[in-house]
Order: sequence, then C-alpha cells, then structure tokens
Amino acid sequence: MSEITLNIIRIWAGLFIILSFISVNAIILVYLERKIAGHIQRRPGPFEVGPHGILQPFADAVKLLGKQIITPRYADALLYWAAPILSFAPVAVCFLPIPAGPHARVLDINVGVILILAFSGLNVLALCLAGWGSQNKWSLLGAARNIAQSVGYEIPLLLSVMPILMLSGSLDLNTITQNQGGWPWEWYAFKQPVAFIIFFVCALAETNRAPFDLPEAESELTAGFHTEYSGMGFGLFFMGEYTYMIVVCSMTALLFMGGWQGPFAPGWWWFVPKVYVLLLIMMWIRWTFPRVRFDQLLNVSWKWLIPISLVNLLATALVISLCC
Amino acid sequence: MSGLCSLIVGLRITGHNFFRPQLTVHYPREEVTNLDGFNGHVELVPSPKDPMLPKCIACGTCARNCPSQCISLDFEKLEPATQEGEDSETGGKKKKSRKKVTRFTLDFNYCSLCGLCVRTCPVGSLRFSRDVYLAGFDPREFRLDLLERMRGQADSKGDKG
Amino acid sequence: MSLTGNDVLAGKGDFYTRHFQPTPREDTLILNMGPQHPSTHGVLRVMLEIDGEYILRAEPVIGYVHRMQEKMGERLDYNQYLPNTARVDYLHPLAWNWAYVGAAEKLLGLEIPERAEYIRVITCELNRISSHLLWWGTYLLDLGAFTPILYAFADREKLADILQRITGSRLTFSLYQIGGCKADMDDRFIRETKEFIEYMRSRFPMYKDLVTDNLILRKRVEGIGRITREECRKYGASGPTVRAAGLDYDVRRTEPYSLYDRFEFNCPVYEDGDALARYMVRMQEMEQSLEIIEQALKQLPDGEIMAPKVPKKPKPPSGEVYHAVESGRGKVGVRLISDGSAVPYRVKLRSPSYSNLSLFPCIAAGTLLADAISILGSLDLVIPEIDR
Repeated sequence: MSEITLNIIRIWAGLFIILSFISVNAIILVYLERKIAGHIQRRPGPFEVGPHGILQPFADAVKLLGKQIITPRYADALLYWAAPILSFAPVAVCFLPIPAGPHARVLDINVGVILILAFSGLNVLALCLAGWGSQNKWSLLGAARNIAQSVGYEIPLLLSVMPILMLSGSLDLNTITQNQGGWPWEWYAFKQPVAFIIFFVCALAETNRAPFDLPEAESELTAGFHTEYSGMGFGLFFMGEYTYMIVVCSMTALLFMGGWQGPFAPGWWWFVPKVYVLLLIMMWIRWTFPRVRFDQLLNVSWKWLIPISLVNLLATALVISLCC
Repeated sequence: MSGLCSLIVGLRITGHNFFRPQLTVHYPREEVTNLDGFNGHVELVPSPKDPMLPKCIACGTCARNCPSQCISLDFEKLEPATQEGEDSETGGKKKKSRKKVTRFTLDFNYCSLCGLCVRTCPVGSLRFSRDVYLAGFDPREFRLDLLERMRGQADSKGDKG
Repeated sequence: MSLTGNDVLAGKGDFYTRHFQPTPREDTLILNMGPQHPSTHGVLRVMLEIDGEYILRAEPVIGYVHRMQEKMGERLDYNQYLPNTARVDYLHPLAWNWAYVGAAEKLLGLEIPERAEYIRVITCELNRISSHLLWWGTYLLDLGAFTPILYAFADREKLADILQRITGSRLTFSLYQIGGCKADMDDRFIRETKEFIEYMRSRFPMYKDLVTDNLILRKRVEGIGRITREECRKYGASGPTVRAAGLDYDVRRTEPYSLYDRFEFNCPVYEDGDALARYMVRMQEMEQSLEIIEQALKQLPDGEIMAPKVPKKPKPPSGEVYHAVESGRGKVGVRLISDGSAVPYRVKLRSPSYSNLSLFPCIAAGTLLADAISILGSLDLVIPEIDR
C-alpha cells in the first residue's frame, strides 16, 4: 500500500516538476527561436520588451491567455476543444521515463522507449480532431497531410531505434544511456550513424518542423490545421509542438549521444546542453530550407528512409549475431 | 548525393550569416542617416529678406496643378505702397496689388509626392522637406499648416525635418 | 463557415462561386484560395476544385484592387498623371513611367537628349534588378524558406538608397518627365552604382549556393508548370515566362526603343518552360542588367536632361499612339488617344501580369496544390497591375 502511495506521490510531484520544466523551456525556446531567426536574417529579433527582448515570451503568453475564446459557429465544439488538450497532455507524460541524470528520473519503468513512442502517436489524433472539428477546408487539408506524414515517418523512426535496442539489449532508457560511454566516440551515434541521421530526420517530420512543416504550411494553407484557433487553443498547440521537440531531442540525446554521460562527472549538466544543441540545430535547419512538397515527403519516407533503415537493421542484426 | 551536399552548403551559409552584423537601424536608438534627396512632404521656402515670410506670391499655381487637390491657401491683397514684407522676385510682373499668403495648408493624406507644385511654382517657394518621422492617430494631424511649420523652422534656425 | 453544395445551388454564395460550384463529381472539394492568402501576391482570388491534393479546375477572380487608373487618366493632365503610372506596378514603376512618357513624347514629337536616355536606361535596369530580387525573395517565401527574402531585401535597400538620391522615393520612383528626366545623375550616383554592381556580383554566388543548387528547391521547381510556346502565344503572355518556354521575345530586342540597340547583352532563353526555367531566366536577367548598366555608365555623355521647349501643360495634337517597354514582368504597353486638349481622351494600360495570369488555369489543371503555389509564384504576378 505504502509503496503504491509513495509511487503515486512521486509521479505527481514529478509531473509538477515536469510541467514547470516544460513551461520554462517553452519560454526559452520561443525566445531562442525568434532570436536565432533574427540573427540568421541579420536583424535583431525581439528587442523592445525587456532588455534584448527577454520578456517577449511573457508578453506572448499574456496575449495568448487574454484572447477571447471563440468557437466557430459550425464547428464541432467537443472535437474542436479536445484537440489542443489532446495535443498537449500526452507530451507531458512522455517526460516521465526520461532520465536527466543517473538518478533523476520520475518513473523507473523498463519500457521507457515504448511509452514515449506510444504517447507521441496521440499527436496525430489531436491534429485529426483539429482539422475535422474546425469545419474549415484548409484545416481539413492540413490535417489530412499531417496524418499521412506522421504515419509515414513513424515507421522509419521505429526502425532506426531498433538497432539501438538490439545493441543495448534493453528498452530501459537508463540502461541504454549507461551502455554508452562518456566520450563522443563511445556514443551510439558513431556505431550507428545511419540510424542517427534517419532518427533525426524522422524527428523533424514528427514534430512538423521545417522542412517538413506542411500541416502548418503558412504560405500554402493559411496556417493549416490551426487556422481556426486563436488564444489559448493555439497556445496549447504551440506549447505541445515545442515540448514535443524537447522530447524528441532528449530521445536523440539519450539513444545516440550518451545522455547524461560525459567524459567526467556524469549528470544532468551534460544532458541539458546536448538537448539544447540538438534544438539549435533543428531551428537552424528550419530557417534555411524551403518546404518539401507533400508527395516528395512521402517519397522520401517510403522509398528512401524505410529501405535504408531496414537494411541497417538487418546489417546490425547480422553483425551482432556473428560477433556474439 | 550532391543534392545532400547542397543542403550542407546551405546550412553553412546561414550559419555564417548568423555571426555577421545586423543591417537594421535600431530606431529610435539610431536614426536614419541617408536622407539626402528624400522627398518628404513639401514645405515653404522662407524669403531671403525675412525668414518669417515665405517667397510665396499666392498665385495658386500649385493648388491648381495638384492632381489630388491637396493644397489650399488664403491670401489678402496688399496695397502697392505697403510692400515691406514682400520679396520682389516676380521681377518683370507689373502687378499693381501684391498678395500676401495668410494660410497655406497641405493635406498630406492625399499627397502623392509628384512634385508638380514644387516644379511649377514660379518663384520657387516650395521644396521637399526631409520629414520622415511621421506617425499619427488621426487624419487631421496630417493637414499640415505649412506657414506655421516655416515659422517654427525660422525660430529654430531652419532645422530641416 | 463553409458552404455546402446545396447552399450554393440554393442561391447563396457570390456570383463566382455559384458559377464555379456546379460540378458533375461528388467527391471533390471546392476551395477558395481567397483574396486573403499569404501567397497570392496581392489580392487575388483563385477558385479551385480539388480532388485530394490534385487540382482539377482553377479559375482566378480579379478586381479586388481595381483603382480606376485608366479612368483617372481621362481626368488628369499629362503631367499630373505621372505618379499614377508609378503606382500601377509598384515593383517596376520606372518601366511604367517610361511607357507613358514615351507615348506622350511620341504624340508630341519630342526628341529626348542623349543623356536623358542614358539616365532612363540605367535607372530602369536598376529597377529591374530590384524587381527581380523581390520576386526571388517572395517566391522562396511561398516555398517555405524564410531567410532568402531578407537577404534580397538587404540588397534592395542598397538600390533604394541609390535611387533615393535622385528620385526622392524608395519604392514608387517617378523620375521621368515628358521631355526628359526630372533630376540628373551626379558623381556620387555613378560611384555608388559602380560599387553596387561589384557588390551584387559578389552576392550571386551566395544565392546560387543557398538556393539555386538546393536539393529541396530543385525538387519543388523542376518540371513544375510546363508551358508550351503555343499556349504563350494564345494568351499573349510575355516576359520571362515566355522566354523560359522557348519564345525569344524581349521588347528590348525585338522592338528596340531608346538606346537598347547600343548595348550588348543576352536575353536568356530556355526551352523547358517549367518553373526552374523561369527561375533561371530571371536570375540571369539580373546579371545581364548589370552588364547593361556597366556599358551605359561607360558611354554616358554630358548634356541636358530635358528637351528644349517642352510645354508646361502639354497639349498634344489629336492622334493615338502605342508605346511598349519591357518591365520585369513582360511587355508593358500604354496606348494614348489624344483629342488635342490638355487631358488625354483615353489611356489604356496593357499590363503583362494580366496575360500571364491567364496562363494559370490551363497549366494548373492536374497539378498538386503545392505546385499551384509554386506556379503562381514563378509567374511573377503583381495583382495591382492586373486590376489597375
């Protein structure tokens, strides 16, 4: 009894910390994204609100919170409002099995990888509801694109995680991290470079980040599936997207880059910079490349990523069975 | 494969641009420096004899030529004797009674900066100003009183803009 | 709220929707790339019938920016109308200025001094570069790359600075006058133009590396929206659009006006007719414009900038005249009919984007929605020019 209660209290406390972590991170990321975009484009980015625009995300948050909550007249209210909630809530759960340090984990579960991949699939459902419930043809197109994109890129994602699972022999994120070393050449990224690249590309596609951001393509679909959302509905989608980015980058760091391990003194101080470096690279890619067309997107996934990751998986299996 | 290299090249260019200086002029901390030749709204040129009076002889050519009918002016006729404050650059015209402009209004809401008023003024009494920092909440703020502007400039020693 | 088919057949929806909506198929979506859309450059409405992502039918609806420019031409003086021509196409205003002023000078039978002609050529080519730069930036913005537009605008700022000094404006330049030019080029202008030529030449490799050779862009642009020469002739299209389809028609070459027969420059012609060809034509036209400017600066004579004895209020004799120039979009024509008074009887403005837009419905049929955006962007339309 008491152990279950202890676990429940631990999970609740952990969720609380996670939510605050997510919020702080969302604020930092929003600011970073706009500043990086500005500097790449040789302009200052946010500058006025607070010194060098530091308070800009707070202004954005206040604006989003303060907007009038509008439901379009012919929209299905249940679906319309379920969508942002469904988009944000599961992502918070994804943080439970992620170890930020050797003992800094909320949920000691030995199927962490499956938990994260399962909950991230709910994002598709959320966008589907958003697109259909908005009663807007543009949203519908955006949602349809998103479903095909997410389904198409989940498979290479899984296929590129599987060699790592085979190498470390466990689904537990802590075990996978421990099996890597502190130095870069001991990371799985060097043993499985193909899987690393494919995983990162699929991560970009799953989070709807450029160059795969067709569901929310601003110049084609007038904001895609979140056309009809304003105020906190949009805010939840926004936060969900940024949080999902953090989840996916944490996964990359844990699976491929040694997680909280470093050359010396392992801890969360190695983990957080790795996540942020990956996030910066994601943003860098976003502001450089144009958008991939929809059928080319699916082509890349079905004709290139899946065969390559399958071959990689088979080769890894072969090598492992031959060597040990 | 070369296609993938092109992606890396593109990333390198944007990464390089990240570290280069910004091109923005941080208004209001910095101000725009290259306003030479910029055509702001028109303003009256003060007469060389008295900076509080314009060269304008109130002929109305500018108002007639304006395609958008922006300029409107009032004048009063002066007796030929009282010509102190007037300049006589209309030399050649044997008009008996001189006119003195008492109100010169430009409705900048409709001005298209074509410059016909500046070019067709027979005495050269209009010129383009360098006034770029115009912002207002009301169209009435842009019905500019050019006589007052010229007098204000004469007070502050002709500071343009 | 989206209208259902029954609503429309029952008489709701506007005129265009009612005529477009009835369709024999049940499973298609009628979509309005409405007047408010981030990537129809300006206020253009395109009605689409979509099957999944494929476009079956497309029909543009124009008129949202109609400003009655031609009517104003019947009311205003010859000199008073000049700023209007600058605002018809705000990206290449000097070409429209030139078309109008050239037509009026033909009517009046004026000879323009050489220096004025050179000024016109140099400034018009500078403006062409600025127009193509903006096209490049916005085309890439439509395709989803958010950075090149700002690089293009940084270069345009330099051009705006150069032209500001003699024209007084940064966007809608109005430098020409009936009989010559309003202002002369001084040494500073020449020096800055020469520096700009060097600067621009050093930027082209960066554009090539960042964008033109980019794999993703190539996939978005190659093979999209093929136009044949017959279609171009049928719709009267002109400009880089037809030069990319193999039709070698450039007003500066085929019907030379002013001094264009004195310069050696290429008019790039590609055979493919797809969006990539249109892209490459415009990029190379920018380089050729730099060549023209360089040669013109070398040959620049001294002299007057206004013809002698130009009447202050021109009253051309009765007659009609047509003058065409090449703008960034194609053949710009102005037809002036005068009845002997100070106000023209009729000013007809022939805009190239209007004819180029007519190409869109026939090439968009059967393409994906994303491709339609790419095609619209590559046609380089300026909607105020279409609606006038």
